[in-house]
Amino acid sequence: MVLFRLMKTSAIDGFAAHLTQETHDAVYKSTKMTHEKRTKLLFDHFPNANRLREIAGDIKQHVIENLDTYLPQVEAKLQSNGVQVHWARTAEEANQAVLDIMRKRNATKIVKAKTMVSEETELAHFLEKHGVECLETDLGEFIVQVDHDHPSHIVRPIIHKSRREVAVCFEKNGLGAYNDDPNVITQRARVFLRQKYLQADVGLTGANFVVADSGRLVLVTNEGNSRFCLAATRCHIAMVGIEKILPRDRDLSLLLNLLARSATAQQLTVYTEFISGPRRPSQPDGPDEMHVIFVDNGRTDVLATECRDILRCIRCGACLNVCPVYRQASGHAYRSVYPGPVGAVLSPLLAKEKFPELADLPKASSLCGACQEVCPVNIPIPDLLLRLRDKNKQAHGPSAGTPPMGAWSLLASQPTAWKAAMALGGAVNHVPRVLMPAPLRKWQDYRTLPPWHGGEFRKWLKTRPQPKAKS
Amino acid sequence: MSAAREDLLGRVNKALAMLPERKPLPDWDAELAVARKLVEHRDAVEVFSERIKLVNGLAMTDAGQVAAYLKNGGWLRGYCDPELLPVLQSKFGAEFTFETEFDRTRVDDYAFGITRAAGGIAETGTIILNDALTSRRLGALAPWVHVAVVPRGQIHLTLADAVLALGDDRNVIWATGPSKTADIEGILIEGVHGPGVQIALVM
Repeated sequence: MVLFRLMKTSAIDGFAAHLTQETHDAVYKSTKMTHEKRTKLLFDHFPNANRLREIAGDIKQHVIENLDTYLPQVEAKLQSNGVQVHWARTAEEANQAVLDIMRKRNATKIVKAKTMVSEETELAHFLEKHGVECLETDLGEFIVQVDHDHPSHIVRPIIHKSRREVAVCFEKNGLGAYNDDPNVITQRARVFLRQKYLQADVGLTGANFVVADSGRLVLVTNEGNSRFCLAATRCHIAMVGIEKILPRDRDLSLLLNLLARSATAQQLTVYTEFISGPRRPSQPDGPDEMHVIFVDNGRTDVLATECRDILRCIRCGACLNVCPVYRQASGHAYRSVYPGPVGAVLSPLLAKEKFPELADLPKASSLCGACQEVCPVNIPIPDLLLRLRDKNKQAHGPSAGTPPMGAWSLLASQPTAWKAAMALGGAVNHVPRVLMPAPLRKWQDYRTLPPWHGGEFRKWLKTRPQPKAKS
Repeated sequence: MSAAREDLLGRVNKALAMLPERKPLPDWDAELAVARKLVEHRDAVEVFSERIKLVNGLAMTDAGQVAAYLKNGGWLRGYCDPELLPVLQSKFGAEFTFETEFDRTRVDDYAFGITRAAGGIAETGTIILNDALTSRRLGALAPWVHVAVVPRGQIHLTLADAVLALGDDRNVIWATGPSKTADIEGILIEGVHGPGVQIALVM
């Protein structure tokens, strides 16, 4: 009974069980398909693809282990390109920096391309609270924003939503009568958003890479929304995690080839932008003022741990697509900005004092290793998950979700007790579910208890046909 | 903000001081990042024309071909880089209306935009734009059809070559096919925020 009492249902199982069949199927099918296409394309074009992943991983590991050199270097380069550089220790400081730039310009409208770090800092909420109109322009992020939902995938924010749900949300928000044709939905967003770009004073982006030797920010999108942000507005703010640096331009060819294939099974994303400063005077369109905000928000804490390798991550989502747990549970089950295997490592680490709330995430893995196998920067995610499990154990002792081993070892070390338990265990087969102890009943909400077969081995051992003695 | 800078960099230094050794920057052969089978023993223009089709873009070599395509689609009014207009106009009939100014208050009046490109990438079917040669960023982006005039001699065979040729333009854009999304149920839709039709006129 002690065993049952301590066997809690893990949070992720709960989320997985409450997914509708439709959502489950959509997430499962599309992650599987993207993963398969990714593998085919990558190995078809690069028979030596694993070598690419290893080198890319070494480059990124080199960067994070030498950030003390690279950060001042990239700062100096950006400044010499005419870019204003800001530093933010926390989410609040990063958001405040954006607001300060806007206030200085008397700007009230900002359009935003997809950036994961601004999801971390909840920038859009912050700006709206301070009277700034802040609009997401990536189609998926825009839908999430108008529907007051949360993204459930790093690259495909609305992987959990059906076209019907999107159509309902558009209708509710005055974006046209109900129509669930994805073409119509997309055209409506196009018409609505292009006016917003043109009215906005500031365009905000992230950066997929920042190159130290040239000061180039590299942005990839398929929709062209980031390009529109930087063609229509007068001021560009890029919010960038401190780990996004690459040493040299030439390293881009490796990383860009890997990123597009890993993220969306494309050879290259449609719009790949290399921005190294404000527009030249002869160009009529685009920002003449450019800011880069380097954001820590917990990254230096991660850098100080044995889990620092996770800072190599280039946010491609390949580990989500291949993960058997993600495929069953979808993204909201991870209760944080980063779902999937990368999130199981990164989210608890970035959560700081809230680590215990997310400490179950590193356990939501079978350690099958598929995440590392697909990772374009070869992050040893399974090792990092084990380190985090250990960290949690050191900090909090045996925890929720793990049955205590004490009762087990007592039984297993006493032959009489063991025999009795085996014999009594059979009773479970005959107890109606309603009479079972509550924790076991709850456990069975999502699972079927297999019939009890205890004691079979001993029975067999006694009655087994004796092998004939060799003559 | 400078206190934040010192503090943040101080934390980085402290975290890294604990490392007994640091990973060196790997040296790697540029060939590693080339999908060689796609470009082997081939002419760059030929590969470019072939690969751009795979990303649903179009490659044409004659302005008359572009005119016929636009006419067929009913795209008769558009923006054209003022420097290109004298070169192209003779191939377009009187039914076309060209504007050499792009008025941002009526972006949807332009069915097409014709601008100069800096070059291309054969391996990926990519058009390279930059601020020096693109007369208007919006002209190459907002209209439904974008026609990029790509100089034949500036098509790089590989992505790796194009990376090394990024140069000092502050705004280099690689456009690989029309703007697209698969956000809704994984269904591919073209023409999200940028062009729904991407044409490379290789000259």
